[in-house]
Amino acid sequence: MVDRDAAADRPMDFELLVGIFPQVLLDGLLLGFMYALIALGYTMVYGVLEFINFAHSEIFIFGAFVGAEILLSLKNAGALETLPWPLVLLGVMLAGMLASGALAVSIERIAYRPLRAAPRLIPLISAIGMSFFLQDVIRLVESLWRNAFNLVYPTLEPLNVRYELTSTLDVSAKSLVVIVAALLMLWGLHALVNRTKIGTAIRAVAEDQAAASLMGIDVNRIISLTFLIGGAMGGAAGVLFGVQYGLINPYTGFIPGLKAFTAAVLGGIGNIPGAMLGGIVLGLLEAFAASYLSLLTGGAFGAEYKDIFAFSVLILILIFRPKGLLGEVVRERA
Amino acid sequence: MNPTRIRSVLAIGAALAIALLPLGSGPAAQGKGTIKIATQSPLSGGQAALGEGIKLGTQLAVEKFKGNLEKAGFRVELVPYDDQAKPDVGVANAKNIIADKNIMVVIGHLNSGVAIPSSEVYKEDSLPMISPANTNEKVTDRGYPNVNRVCGRDDVQGPVGAEFAAGSLKVKTAYVLHDKTTYGQGVAEAFKNDLEKKGVKIIGFEGTEEKSNFDPIITPIKAKNPDLVYFGGIYDQGAPFFKQAREKGVKAKFLGPDGMDSSDFVKIGGKVVVGTYYTTAAAPASSPQAKQFGEEFKKKYGKNPEPYAAESYVATAIAIKALEDVTKGGKAPTREAVAAAIRKVKYNGMTGTIEFDDKGDPKKASYYVMQVSSDNPEKWSENKEAKRLAIAAPAMKK
Repeated sequence: MVDRDAAADRPMDFELLVGIFPQVLLDGLLLGFMYALIALGYTMVYGVLEFINFAHSEIFIFGAFVGAEILLSLKNAGALETLPWPLVLLGVMLAGMLASGALAVSIERIAYRPLRAAPRLIPLISAIGMSFFLQDVIRLVESLWRNAFNLVYPTLEPLNVRYELTSTLDVSAKSLVVIVAALLMLWGLHALVNRTKIGTAIRAVAEDQAAASLMGIDVNRIISLTFLIGGAMGGAAGVLFGVQYGLINPYTGFIPGLKAFTAAVLGGIGNIPGAMLGGIVLGLLEAFAASYLSLLTGGAFGAEYKDIFAFSVLILILIFRPKGLLGEVVRERA
Repeated sequence: MNPTRIRSVLAIGAALAIALLPLGSGPAAQGKGTIKIATQSPLSGGQAALGEGIKLGTQLAVEKFKGNLEKAGFRVELVPYDDQAKPDVGVANAKNIIADKNIMVVIGHLNSGVAIPSSEVYKEDSLPMISPANTNEKVTDRGYPNVNRVCGRDDVQGPVGAEFAAGSLKVKTAYVLHDKTTYGQGVAEAFKNDLEKKGVKIIGFEGTEEKSNFDPIITPIKAKNPDLVYFGGIYDQGAPFFKQAREKGVKAKFLGPDGMDSSDFVKIGGKVVVGTYYTTAAAPASSPQAKQFGEEFKKKYGKNPEPYAAESYVATAIAIKALEDVTKGGKAPTREAVAAAIRKVKYNGMTGTIEFDDKGDPKKASYYVMQVSSDNPEKWSENKEAKRLAIAAPAMKK
């Protein structure tokens, strides 16, 4: 018989390592889908304008705030428990999408369009400025309105149910909702871009703005539309983020935004399936690093090294595939 | 503006000025002069609620204990300063404070980061400071004769938690997480080292800056199934972590340092974090002596005292006792004399007996282990006291 204490003392407990594997995989996928949804906003705008919209992380968190405000007012009205939760969630997500989409379109109109003819770096600076500006506007409004910095997401009780699949694997209803919603949206967007007239127009503008305009495409309208769709995806991701993790503040968007941007680059920026793949790869890397680093190194490297590990792998991938995982497939850009 | 308008404006102004004259100017104003007690704490900004508590706790004590000094012929006045929780503002105020020769003692600050540079200024003129709230080791470890505190120290919180975990909860295994800050990691390391000495097995020690998604960190914790999970950090990270851990099925008991001591902890964490333990140097509002203080406070100011209001009250009582000693026989006090007298005071109050050691720490400070007892943020002050420990401050590091 094995002495239990001695077994626990071994730095690597094989049973434990294998036992948590499915759970880590699931956590990583969940995180990856979240990154993928945010990454779409970066990659769509880049695909069309070859420009990084750094304010996208705030567009994302703005959707989360709009969703939280709606949920809070529903809660105060006592309607949160009485209304069926899928309806509430759908309504809140739509509101978040609309709000973030509208915000993205106005930012483009105000801060990017006047600079479209300027050198590439100028709108980039404008975007960074916009990002700071939005963070503090959200903070200002929230502190005047709620006198709060951290906003707690009201919970939809049925979403907190957990399903024990095995003794080491369980999944909560809200995680399932996030994954299903993300898959639906990614599929919808893919269909929109590849199978509709609007999608054809977007791809045409991405390929050659001048030629597209000669073909009778209103380039400005298509660019606005791109921002609307990318922003709406970000807004939906914001609401899902709030529902999943439960706590937001005006600066919460920054780190997920940065990671999603990385995911977009990893997948091949400008490429929609690439953003999905990049998000999932980054999410998995992060989850595995956070769960396994300390187990595999006997505590020498803890979970705090997860980003270092994830980004090291990323650098390696980009050294061998500088255009990203799916970079070569893209021929959208001129 | 015509002359009559100007005159009426002046008249209103004068009336206002008279109405706003310091309320403290009592009848015994003749003779010996004025003794001023200053407070420095954030009265504006995000931490104003705690800073206001320091001011009001001091005010309550001044009004209650100033009688003897007034009989001796001194006028006693409270002068509140707003340090905005910012080091530069605290230092600028400190310069004004040492320039006012009537100020004999400062009660403050809320933030160690403000108290440390400001007390460098007080030291220039030996102006005594008694801190109600600053738990950073460096506040007293500089060994200044004028700097004191009535609360405990960060480096003792870890051992207090360890004592509670091993002695009262009788845990066998613990998983320790921290936020990688000086405060959080410091407390967590002290906790871990002490716990190991007591024979508890530490089955994980990790830092994280994560604020939202704790899933990948929780999975190994759940698999290892420890008896206790400790989080060294502040509630805005601790609450979501504990919440997600519990929701994910971690069955361990939860423990944290005084970074968890905020009603926002349950606002964020909700029902599932009820039962979490935290160590703190602030006296709980539910102890019997503190209850009486709480009632007096509420009667006067119409609200419950914030954490550290009671400590400010105690600090002020000590200061006034020292002032009485110095002014015996009608002598005018000096700052050096008051500073020296404070070190000799032995005061028995609601936070226990307080006597300062040679660096200004209480010889025995009280530390409390509290348990979250309701998910209603408004009932935070009713959290149960699980254990109280009186522990001596560590000797000065040379």
